[in-house]
Parts: sequence; C-alpha cells; structure tokens
Amino acid sequence: MTHLLTTANSLILAAESGAKELSDGGTLASWAWLIPVVPMVAAFAIVFFGKRMPYKGWDIAIAVMGFEALYGTALLLSHISKPIAHDFQVEIAMLGSMPIEWGWSVDGLSIMMYFLIGVVGFLVFLFAKGYMEGDVRYTWFFASFTLFAGGMLVLVSAPNLIQLIVGWELVGVSSWLLIGHYWEEHENSSAAIKAFLTNKVGDAGLFVGAIIISMSVGSFRFSDILHAVESGAAEAPTLSRFAFWGGLALFIGAMGKSAQFPLHVWLPDAMAGPTPVSSLMHAATMVTAGVFLVGRMYPLYLTDGFATEVRAVIVIIGGITLFLTGLIALVQDDIKRVLAYSTLSQLGYMTAAMGAGAYTAGLFHLFTHAFFKALLFLGAGSVIHSVHSNNMSDMGGLRKPMPYTYWTFVVGSLALAGIVPFAGFFSKDEILASLRYASGEFGVADGGGAVATVILALAIGGAFITAFYMARTVFLTFHGEYKGHGHPHESPRIMWVPLVALAVPSAVIGFINIPGVTEVFTKVVGGREVPVLDHHASSFDIPMLLAGLVAAGLGIYLGWRIWGPDAETQEARDSFRVDGLYPVLENKYYIDDFYMDGIVRPIRGPVARAMDWFNGYVIDFIVNGAGLLAKALGKVVYWFDQRGVDGAINASGAVTGAGGGVLRLLQTGKVQQYAVLIFAATVILVGGLVIWF
Amino acid sequence: MIVTQFVILGAALFSLGVYGVLTRRNAVLVLLSVELMLAAVNINFVAFDVFVQDRIAGGQIFALFVIAVAAAEVGIGLAIVLLIFRNRQSANVDELDLMKL
Repeated sequence: MTHLLTTANSLILAAESGAKELSDGGTLASWAWLIPVVPMVAAFAIVFFGKRMPYKGWDIAIAVMGFEALYGTALLLSHISKPIAHDFQVEIAMLGSMPIEWGWSVDGLSIMMYFLIGVVGFLVFLFAKGYMEGDVRYTWFFASFTLFAGGMLVLVSAPNLIQLIVGWELVGVSSWLLIGHYWEEHENSSAAIKAFLTNKVGDAGLFVGAIIISMSVGSFRFSDILHAVESGAAEAPTLSRFAFWGGLALFIGAMGKSAQFPLHVWLPDAMAGPTPVSSLMHAATMVTAGVFLVGRMYPLYLTDGFATEVRAVIVIIGGITLFLTGLIALVQDDIKRVLAYSTLSQLGYMTAAMGAGAYTAGLFHLFTHAFFKALLFLGAGSVIHSVHSNNMSDMGGLRKPMPYTYWTFVVGSLALAGIVPFAGFFSKDEILASLRYASGEFGVADGGGAVATVILALAIGGAFITAFYMARTVFLTFHGEYKGHGHPHESPRIMWVPLVALAVPSAVIGFINIPGVTEVFTKVVGGREVPVLDHHASSFDIPMLLAGLVAAGLGIYLGWRIWGPDAETQEARDSFRVDGLYPVLENKYYIDDFYMDGIVRPIRGPVARAMDWFNGYVIDFIVNGAGLLAKALGKVVYWFDQRGVDGAINASGAVTGAGGGVLRLLQTGKVQQYAVLIFAATVILVGGLVIWF
Repeated sequence: MIVTQFVILGAALFSLGVYGVLTRRNAVLVLLSVELMLAAVNINFVAFDVFVQDRIAGGQIFALFVIAVAAAEVGIGLAIVLLIFRNRQSANVDELDLMKL
C-alpha cells in the first residue's frame, strides 16, 4: 500500500480511517424511521383523501417530498460535520434462530441516498404537477408515485436483507403501476408487465443470494454480514466458502433492477410511463437500487477470500452494457428512448466502476447522474408537453420558443457528455481513472488486469458515444426547422423552475469531489460502520482526463457535423446510415427478438399446447367425470327419495289413518259407553293394584 | 265394633249406583244413581271414622262436605238436564251422541 501512495500522480488505496470517530447521530438519526414511513402512509392517505384536497392529492405528495428533501439535507449536513453510522432494529418475528427485523440504517451510503431521493424527488414532483395536469387518474398517479419514492426509501434505509427485499419489491410493484399508468393502450400495459417480469428474473438472483449469504453468516443484518467479512476468511469460513455464489447471485439481482445487459430490455420500454416517472426512475430511484445493493455489500466484493472474483463479472457486464446500449441511443428517434439508452449506458459506467473496485467513483457517478438525468428527462417531458409527440422527427427549432428548456437541456447534455466543469466530467473521470488503476498499470493487478484494459477502452469509446448522441439529440430537438404541428410554447413556471433548480447542481455539484482537493463525497459515502477499502484518485489522472475530454469533444464535433443546424447536412445524415450496422442497432441487436422468439415463444408455445392438452383432456375429463358421477348419484338419490323417504312418509300416514279408522269406532258419542270404559278401566287398574300388593 | 256390615252395605249401594249410571236412559235417573254412589261413599266415611275412632272426626266432616257438594251437583245437573230437555224434547242420555266422531 505504501508504494502506491508514493507513486506520483496516481491513485491511492485509501482505507477509510473514519471508523473510530463515528457517531450514532443523536435525535436526527433516531427519528430517521420517519423517512421511509411518512411516504408509505402518505401514499395511502392520498388514495383515501387525495380527491378532497385542494390540489387533488398533489399537495400531500409534495409536502412529503419536501419533508424528505429537508430531512435528507439535514442528515447530510450533520453527517459531513460528524460522520454518522448507526443501525436501529426492531424485532418483528423469528425465523428459526434468526430474527426478522425492521429498522433504519443511518450511515454515509443511506444518507447520500436519502438526500438524493428527497431533493431530486421533490423537484420531479413539482414538475409532475404541471405535466400531469388534467390527467384522468391524477390523484392515483401521485399516490403510486409517492409509494414509488417510499418503496425506494424503505430499500435504502434497510439495515438487513429482509427489509431490503421488501423495499425492492415495493419499488418493483409501484414501478409496474406507474409504467402502466396509461393502461388503456395495450402496448403500455405490456411494457409494465415486461418491466415487472424482467425484474423478477433478477429478483430470483437476489433471493438466492440473500439466502446464501444470510444463512452462511446466521444473520440477515448487514452489520453482522459485513463484520463477518471484516474479520477475514479464516474467521468466517462458511461465508468464505459460499461468498462467490452468494455475491454473484446478489449481483444478478442488481443486474435486474439496474438494468444491466442482458436484463436491460425492460428499461427502454419503461418509457411508456409518464415522463416524470421516467425521470425519477432513471435518476434517483429504482435503477440506482442495484448499484446501491452492490455498494451496500461492497466489503464482500472487495475483501480477499470472499467474492472478489465476482468483480471481474461485474466489470465485464458493466463494460458491455455501457458500450452496446450507448450505440443504440444513437439511432433512436423517440427522445425518451435516447435518454433511456443513455441511462443504461451510464449505469454500465457505474457498474464497471463498482467492478473495478472503485466504490466512491461508482456512487459518485450515481449521485451526479441522478441530477443531470432527472434534468434531461424533465426537459424532454417539457418538450413533449409542448410538441405532443415523443419523436425528434416532429421537433426541431425549439431553441427560440422554449429558452428555459433549451438552456437547461444543454447544461444537462454537457454534464452527461462529461465536459469540464459540469458534474459528469468529475464523476466520469474518476471512473476512467479507477478502470485504469484496475487494469494494473500501477503494478497491482487488482481488478482483472487485461480485462479492465479492454473495459477502459470501451469506457473511453462510451464517452465519445455519449457526447455524440447527446449532440444529436440537442441538434435534432432544438435546432433547425420545426417539423411538428401547432405552435410550441414554453412550459408553465411550475415546470421550468424544477429544470433550473436541477441545472444548478448538474453544473456545479462535481466540485464537491475534486480528487485531492475537495473530497466531501468520498468522506460521505465512506462514513460507514464497516470501512470500505476502495481506491480512489488522490489527484487528477491527467491521461484519462484528456482521453475523456477529447472523446467527448470529438463526439460533440461529429454530432454537430452530422446533425448541425445547416440544411446541407442531410447528406452527412444519410452517410451515417451504414448498411449492415444501422438496422442491427435499430433492432437493438435483436435481443428483444431473441427473448421473444428464442425464449418466450418456444416456452410459451409448448406450455400453451401442454396447457391446452391438459385442459382438453385432464381437466375436461375430471369435470365431465364429476358431472357423470353427479348425475348417477342424483339418480340414486332420486330413487331413494321416491321410494325410501316418500314410502316412509306415506306409510306413516297410512298407519295413522288406519289406526284412526279403528279408534273412531270407539267414539260413539254415547256417554254411558264412555262411562263403562272408564269404570272397566278403573276396576282393572284397582284390581291390578290390589293383586300386586 | 265390627265394620264389615257397613262396608258390605256401602259396596252394595255403590254397585247399584254404578249399575244405574250405566244402564238408565233417563238423565234424571242417572243423576239419581250418582247420588246413590255418593251415599255409599258417605257410609264408608262414617263407618271408618268410627272404626278408627278419629279424634277430630275427619270422616264425618268429609261426609258433610260430600253431602254439600252432592246437593250443589244435583242443582247443576238438574239444570243441565232441564236445558237439554228444552232443546231436544228428550232427556234420554243415549240420544245425546253429539260427541260422536
């Protein structure tokens, strides 16, 4: 480790030494249970009382998100002044000898997420009021949207795997509700189902991983698991033995939620939901869950003797995702789909960074990306609101009528492209630097050596592609001639204010983590109970910085050359449509087709046929048999009823009648005959008594 | 004191009464036969009262009760017979078969 620190202009392997100075956070932390609980309660309150509120439920939702933003900010500031790392747990049930607990975790990682979800969520909710105005299910939308944010907060506040899974599924089900918000069109509801089912594939991995890890440690708590990891492979042999498979399974779960190749197919289709949903889903919630999970379990992936080999898988998956999905973004016409593929690509960066052992870099990109991607989606929403179309072929020339949207969108694009000094520049540079470190250039082949070198090349290529497609989007949307219908207009104030509010952090928030100068973010996410021994840059990695900037600059220049404002570029645009490659990209590498034709249909067909056969023969046989049996039984019962029951009843009637016929002979009406009978009876009785005694 | 002759007398009287009740057609005579049976009972009461030398003479008091009840019964009985005769111009019990089923 020491020789690394001495390496000039390089990266250090910095052990977070903050563990000794951690505080329990006092009142602020012990009341942090409100963070997940308030939105969950509010979601139901909106369902029941929302329609009676003056703003139809939006007021409850925005109040909740305002609370989250304030609480998150307060916790973050308190954490920066003195690191907080504390778990609170309440036992709710026992599973064998392992308690199932509900609790809330207050440490660097979760505080960062509280802040992010609160602030970005607040601004998106603000925007949503304008965007969703006049929607048929306005109140219901805000109820599910609040549930969505609440589910994510349950997830990030989880101090154990069980609660994490609960939050994970809450996010899944509320995303299903939101993506399918416009369910009147079949396409949208099937997009919702696709998102849900694709996530379920990943969820299976999460469950398996959670079971493997928690059973081999004997606790669901993150603190117990991570302390076991900290104690080393010799101290925790069971966990060490199963860590590879457990860690891999957990990462499969993360791949589902964070939409990594090959489980990325749901995210672009999730564009079927309202734009504010896409905005929040792609920025602060849902897709960050996978990266968050890997970050939460990070010591497991980083400590020798545990799941270190999984990191090679993570970095490869991240590299593939960031490059391939970036290319698809180049050919999309739907502006939201461009941004969706861009999100996939950026998630690939985060994953690759996590795989390369750069905890801080991965989470920092998550953090900055949340701001500028929320901004870009809201900008796209503003454009769609004005043009009434998602397609860039219906846009163009919107720079003049929509100045706020234009300038904030440009800021977001520059941040995404990684142009100095916007936020994305700092975080992407850190990822490139960490990938270079992992490739073993500094004598430590820690993150896979040659593999990491390839991924590094892909990441630099990805930076070029990112700039390229963002330039294309900006030029096609805001420059040139307007190609749509009607007269586009700037969106109302409630919509552009959040845009401006997000543009500011998108521009400047990168400065909080300049390597070697301001390492606020590093300290924030490093403030955890179990220290994370990641490596991050102590100063700028100049070659990578230049490579990233040149790639981005080249991308923007090329984008301008092809889609720039000049009308003569049509020729260039046509030359861009390379035969052989273009259709492959337009068809998304045929992955969706492969899933449909290769997996879904071959399984669905025989299953459907088997079900048909089963239905036709087995079930019908059972049903018909039951019918016949019932008919036969009915006959028996009928016979018994006719003969047995009726016979008995008729017989009793006949016997009574006959008895009456006999007895009526006695009823002569002659008083003296009665008297004779009475006398005779008396004589017999008395005579009997006398003889008896 | 020997009680036998009184008991025999009572039994004979009672049997006469029973015979009269069961065989006489005229309702007045039936009532009269009932009186005979009551008289037989009274004889038994008095005879056994004396025979057991009851200190409070319960048998004799009971006999007085029976005589009083018999007088009332005859009063009601004759009134019923009178009404029957008025309604049906006959006092024969064998013609009163309204209770026939």
